[in-house]
Amino acid sequence: MSTATAHPAAEDRYAQATQLQLTWWRFRRHRLALVSMGVIILFYMVAIFADFLAASDPHATDARRSFIPPQGIHFFDEQGFNPHVYGLRGVRDPRTFQLSYTPDPARKLPVRLFIRGYTYNLFGIIETDVHLFGVVGGRPGESIFLLGTDQLGRDLYSRMMVATRVSLFIGLAGVTLSLFLGVLLGGISGLYGGWVDMLIQRLIELLRSVPTIPLWMGLAAALPRTWSVLEVYFAITIIISLIGWTDLARVVRGRFLALREEDFVVAAELSGASQGRIIFRHMLPSFASHIIAATSLALPAMIISETSLSFLGLGLRPPAVSWGILLQDAQNIQVLAGAPWLLSAAVPVILIILAFNFFGDGLRDAADPYG
Amino acid sequence: MRRLGLALVTCVFISVLSFVIIRLPPGDFVDAYIANLAASGSTVSVEQGEAMRREYGLDRPLVVQYARWMGRVLQGDFGVSMAWRRPVTEVIGDRLWLTMIVSVSALFLTWMIALPIGIYSAMRQYSFWDYLFTTLGFIGLAIPNFLLALILMYLGFRYLGLNVGGLFSAEYIQAPWSWARVWDLTKHLPLPAAVLALAGTAQLIRIMRANLLDELRKPYVVTARAKGLTERHAVLKYPVRAALNPFASSIAYLFPYLVSGSIVVSLVLGLPTVGPLLLQALVAQDMFLAGAIVLLLGFMTVIGTLISDLLLMWIDPRIRLGGR
Repeated sequence: MSTATAHPAAEDRYAQATQLQLTWWRFRRHRLALVSMGVIILFYMVAIFADFLAASDPHATDARRSFIPPQGIHFFDEQGFNPHVYGLRGVRDPRTFQLSYTPDPARKLPVRLFIRGYTYNLFGIIETDVHLFGVVGGRPGESIFLLGTDQLGRDLYSRMMVATRVSLFIGLAGVTLSLFLGVLLGGISGLYGGWVDMLIQRLIELLRSVPTIPLWMGLAAALPRTWSVLEVYFAITIIISLIGWTDLARVVRGRFLALREEDFVVAAELSGASQGRIIFRHMLPSFASHIIAATSLALPAMIISETSLSFLGLGLRPPAVSWGILLQDAQNIQVLAGAPWLLSAAVPVILIILAFNFFGDGLRDAADPYG
Repeated sequence: MRRLGLALVTCVFISVLSFVIIRLPPGDFVDAYIANLAASGSTVSVEQGEAMRREYGLDRPLVVQYARWMGRVLQGDFGVSMAWRRPVTEVIGDRLWLTMIVSVSALFLTWMIALPIGIYSAMRQYSFWDYLFTTLGFIGLAIPNFLLALILMYLGFRYLGLNVGGLFSAEYIQAPWSWARVWDLTKHLPLPAAVLALAGTAQLIRIMRANLLDELRKPYVVTARAKGLTERHAVLKYPVRAALNPFASSIAYLFPYLVSGSIVVSLVLGLPTVGPLLLQALVAQDMFLAGAIVLLLGFMTVIGTLISDLLLMWIDPRIRLGGR
């Protein structure tokens, strides 16, 4: 009571806050979850502005610049602040004929912001060729390779930016589809009970007891070779979400079963509210945050699935670029030993999975009114 | 009994799915076979092709085809691998058992690591080690196991200068089974098993810790402490056993997960399991082989899960005695 008299405004604020606001206030207290949310937003910003952030065309191949090691930016030289990278000189080993690159300090390539490069469509509509940074005045084929290049001489950093877009949105699309299936089937199961519930529960148990990767592999491999990149993209999304919906269905069913007995639902029923109104007006708001939490915990699984499938060469196919496809290049230990920077695509995978896990955990705690 | 019924239904479900996988690619396998022969120089006439289709029953409706295929499978005949030109059973050979050995040892490793750490973390909540294990667990959860395998391969190659993959040393790869070969296998097993076990371990530690913490707050534990039982006794005697229950039931979903993980990890580490074979078969559209592998893996998983369920019943007196 003393707090109420001391801070009447704060107490009022608390009493009047909506469910969403309460959740947000509780969520803010989780430092790690908050940081994770920042990371997730950052990743999606990268996904949206991928082409703008890319320094050189992610699909441009050049045999003369394969396996260039990552280049460091030098920020100062004798003239003061002048960010630049060194030009590269290819040297062929006289015995093994292996081409290796050494930086040539005599030739500086200045790095500048907002330079013009390859053309792309921002948001799919605005055609532009402005990029965040790049080198000016280089010879053709010369650019900045922050993370080195792959075997075909494509800039790994630029490819990673574009891959982020594909990997994140395939996860999002997959989770949306699973969410739809999960809410629909879980809702039906929890709402009607009886033999429908029994049937759906058995189906979920069944799907969970099957080893998923061999199944995905089989289904993914059966996709016709003639399909376009886009068609394969959608097919993979569907395959991934066909398995992924079970967890969400469980959460939704559990919430439905718990809420059906709550006083406010019974009260709404007694006042003659229609079933649709009870579900959407009374029940849905009270477990929406649980669903969001479950969704954010399901997303990493989607991303891992896509990455594994593409890594095996059964998921997306080049010229599509995803994290899994980038990692596919690192599959061969001989190649990897010579070009360890190919493994760098593992970093965003691990980061985003961690971020989604922490975020989902924090959200789940925040959404629980008894927590 | 209900479990057994469910297992049977699952098997049927898996067999239908495997059949779908066999049938999904455009054209039937006679087309593939003819194309295969044509590539190697010999030709097959249209009539011969038709005769083959009749022989394999490909002109019948799908349901009949499925029934015939299942009939053959139940007799142990999985058909012929197109790419290898040998019976599927011969091609798969030891690989299926090796897959199971890797998966099962990963399962045991998961338990062996997760159980003590989970108990420790719950007993010393918020201690340094608890935080360390929790953090490690989160990282373990976040690294897909094929990535971990890849990183370990690289580190092994880079700093130890040796190939850490494979299940056998070079001299034992083709050798017939002997004690020396089994010993060689045991020496190579820990790495893939550990790679596979990591994610599951992280999960189980969290489950065990949470369960035990719930259990430790209950009045009977307080009573036990108040009566002067040693901390060790008070925790290990009953709370751990009670907390073990949900832990044991997690096998049911952990095992399928491990089996499917072993496929990808095998590819990276070059293990002679069915993983690489399945990938080859799928890429080459060798659908009989691929279907058989999916089917067998599914069956094995169902059997494994069933065994773990029975184990669970045997462990938990409430279930064991409840029926009587």
